[in-house]
Amino acid sequence: MELTPAFEVAETPWQRFARNFFGSKIATAGFVLLVLIVLAAIFAPAISPQNPYDLAKLDVMDSRLEPGQKSVDASMTYLLGTDDQGRDMLSAILYGIRISVMVGVVSTIIALSLGLTLGLLAGYADGRIEAFIMRVADIQLSFPPILIALILLALTGRGIDKIIIALVAVQWAYYARTTRSAALVERKKEYIEAATALGLSPLRIMFRHLLPNCLPPLIVVAALQVASAISLEATLSFLGLGLPITEPSLGLLIANGFQYLLSGKYWISVFPGIALLVTVVTINLVADQLRDVLNPRLQTQ
Amino acid sequence: MDNTTTLVVNNLQTQFATRAGLVKAVDQVSFSVKRGEIMGLVGESGSGKSMTGYSIMGLVDAPGKIVGGEILLQGKNLRDLPAEAMRKIRGNRIAMIFQDPMMTLNPVLRIDTQMMEAVRAHQDVSRMVAREMSREALVRVGIASPDERLQAYPHQFSGGMRQRVAIAIALLNQPDLIICDEPTTALDVTIQGQILYEMQKLCRESGTALIWITHDLSVVAGLADTVSVMYAGRIVESGTVQQVLDHPRHPYTYGLIASAPSRNPRGQPLQQIPGMTPSLLNLPDGCAFRTRCAHATAECQQTPQLREVEQRMLRCFHPLRDSVAEVVS
Repeated sequence: MELTPAFEVAETPWQRFARNFFGSKIATAGFVLLVLIVLAAIFAPAISPQNPYDLAKLDVMDSRLEPGQKSVDASMTYLLGTDDQGRDMLSAILYGIRISVMVGVVSTIIALSLGLTLGLLAGYADGRIEAFIMRVADIQLSFPPILIALILLALTGRGIDKIIIALVAVQWAYYARTTRSAALVERKKEYIEAATALGLSPLRIMFRHLLPNCLPPLIVVAALQVASAISLEATLSFLGLGLPITEPSLGLLIANGFQYLLSGKYWISVFPGIALLVTVVTINLVADQLRDVLNPRLQTQ
Repeated sequence: MDNTTTLVVNNLQTQFATRAGLVKAVDQVSFSVKRGEIMGLVGESGSGKSMTGYSIMGLVDAPGKIVGGEILLQGKNLRDLPAEAMRKIRGNRIAMIFQDPMMTLNPVLRIDTQMMEAVRAHQDVSRMVAREMSREALVRVGIASPDERLQAYPHQFSGGMRQRVAIAIALLNQPDLIICDEPTTALDVTIQGQILYEMQKLCRESGTALIWITHDLSVVAGLADTVSVMYAGRIVESGTVQQVLDHPRHPYTYGLIASAPSRNPRGQPLQQIPGMTPSLLNLPDGCAFRTRCAHATAECQQTPQLREVEQRMLRCFHPLRDSVAEVVS
C-alpha cells in the first residue's frame, strides 16, 4: 500500500520561470541592457555631468557644440554635444530616459490595476456589468490611441500627471480585454467552482483564485505596453503636447533637434533617438521572451 | 422529523429555460439522508444527478433555476436563505467534492494556503490554529508527512493524493453533509477502494451524512446504505442498497445492473438497454423510460407516481418480479 510517490522538493514556480527565461541569450542580453537602462534612469542625477533642468547652469555660448567639444569655460567636455540652449546632451538623455521610463512604468501600473480590476469584474460577473465595461472598452479601442491622447492633452494641458492620465486612458482597455478573456476561460474551471462550493467570498475568489491564474498573459501585455507607452509619450512630446520644455523627455529632445538635422547638427536628434530605440527594443525583447516562457503552448520541452 | 435526519429534499425541481425550450433537469426529486448515512445517487450522464447536488449547494448557474420544492438541512429550508447566508453554509455545513481532482485545487496556490483559507472563511481562528487544523485533516485522510505536503503545490501530488486533499478540505469545517460528485471516477480502482473505505469510516465516525453521486453501481453496492436511481431528472427507484440492487423492481434499475460487466456469464454478450437516453428537451409523455422499456404498455403513457412497493419507492406501473431480475445475478 504505497500511497506516497517519491516526493522531491520541486523548484518553486519562480525558479522554473527564471531557468526558462534565461535560456535564451538574446533575452538575457536584453534583460541586462534593460536593467542598465533602468539603473541609469534611477541614478540619472548622480551620474550625469550636468543638471539639464537648472537653466542657470546653461550657457548659450555652448549651444549646438559637436560631440567631444569642451565648454567655453573649459570646465567640462560634452561627450554627446549640446542642444540649442547649450545643454549637455548626455545629461539631457539620461534625464530624458528617467522621465520616459517613469511615465511608461507609472502609466502602465495604473492602467494595469484599473484594467485588471474591471476585466476581472467583467469576466466574473456576467450580465449588465460585463456588457457595460466591455462595450466601453470596445468604443475606446475603436479610436486610434494617439487621437484619444491628443484630445485629452489638448483639453487638460501639459504636465507629467496629465500625460500619465492620457496614457492610462489609452491603455486600460487592453488590460481589461486581456483579463476578461483569461478570466472567462479560468472561471469555467473546476477549482473556481470548488472555491465557490467552499463558501469563499466573491472578492476573494476574484482576486485570490481567479487573478493569479490570469496573470501570465497580463504580464506579457503589460511589458509590451510599457514600451508602447514610452513611444506614445515620445510621440506626444515630439508633437509638442507632452511634457513642458523645462523637463525634456526623449521625444521632446528629438523634436528640439530635428530642425537642425539637415544642417548637419545630427547629434541633437539622433542620440536621444537611439536612446529611445534601445529602450523600446530591449523592453520588447524581454516581453517577447516573457511571452514564450509564460505560454505553455510555445514552450519547447 | 427526528434529529437524526440531516437532509430532506422534497419535490425539488430545477429547470433550465433555454432557447430550445424548458429543460427539467431535476423533476420532483425527493429523498432524505440520516446522520452518518451514505446515499448513492445513481444514473447515466444527463440524468440530473449532478444537478441535484448543485441544487442542494445552491450553485445552479443561470439560466438554471430551482423552481419548486424544499431542501431542508436539519429542518431549515435552504431555499429561504438569502445568498450571503447560503454562502456561510457552503463549505461549512455542506461540503462538496468534485469529480476531477486534477482540476479542483487551484494550481498556483500552495496546499496550506488553500486549506487555511477554507478554515478561515467560516471560523474566526488565527493562522496558526487554521494551519494546525489543516495538518490534522491531512493526517485524517491518510497523507504521510503532512508538514511537507502542506507546503507543496497541487502539481506535486498524484491524482489520488489530490483527491485526498480535496476530501481533507471538505472535512475541515466538520460539515453535516458532504456531496461527492463522482469523486473516484478519475482514479485507479485500487486508489478508489482506499478512498471509499476511508470516506465510509470518516462518515461513520463523525456522523456526517454523505450523498455519493456516481454512475458506478459497484461503488454504490460496496459503499452506500441507501440508493436512489435517477432517470431523465426523476428518481425512478429508491430504497436500501440490498433491496434495490439485489431485487430491482424498476426495469431501468434492472437494465443498469444487467449492463454492468460481471464474471458470471463469461463470454456472453452483455445485456444493454436499447436506445439512447432521451433528450431532456423532448421527453416522451408519461414514463420517460417507456420508449426503451421491454415491459411498456399503453398505461405507461400516463406519468407514473412515486409509490411504495416492496419496501422501496418506485415510479413504475409494472414492477418486475424477482424471477426476471435474478437472471443476471
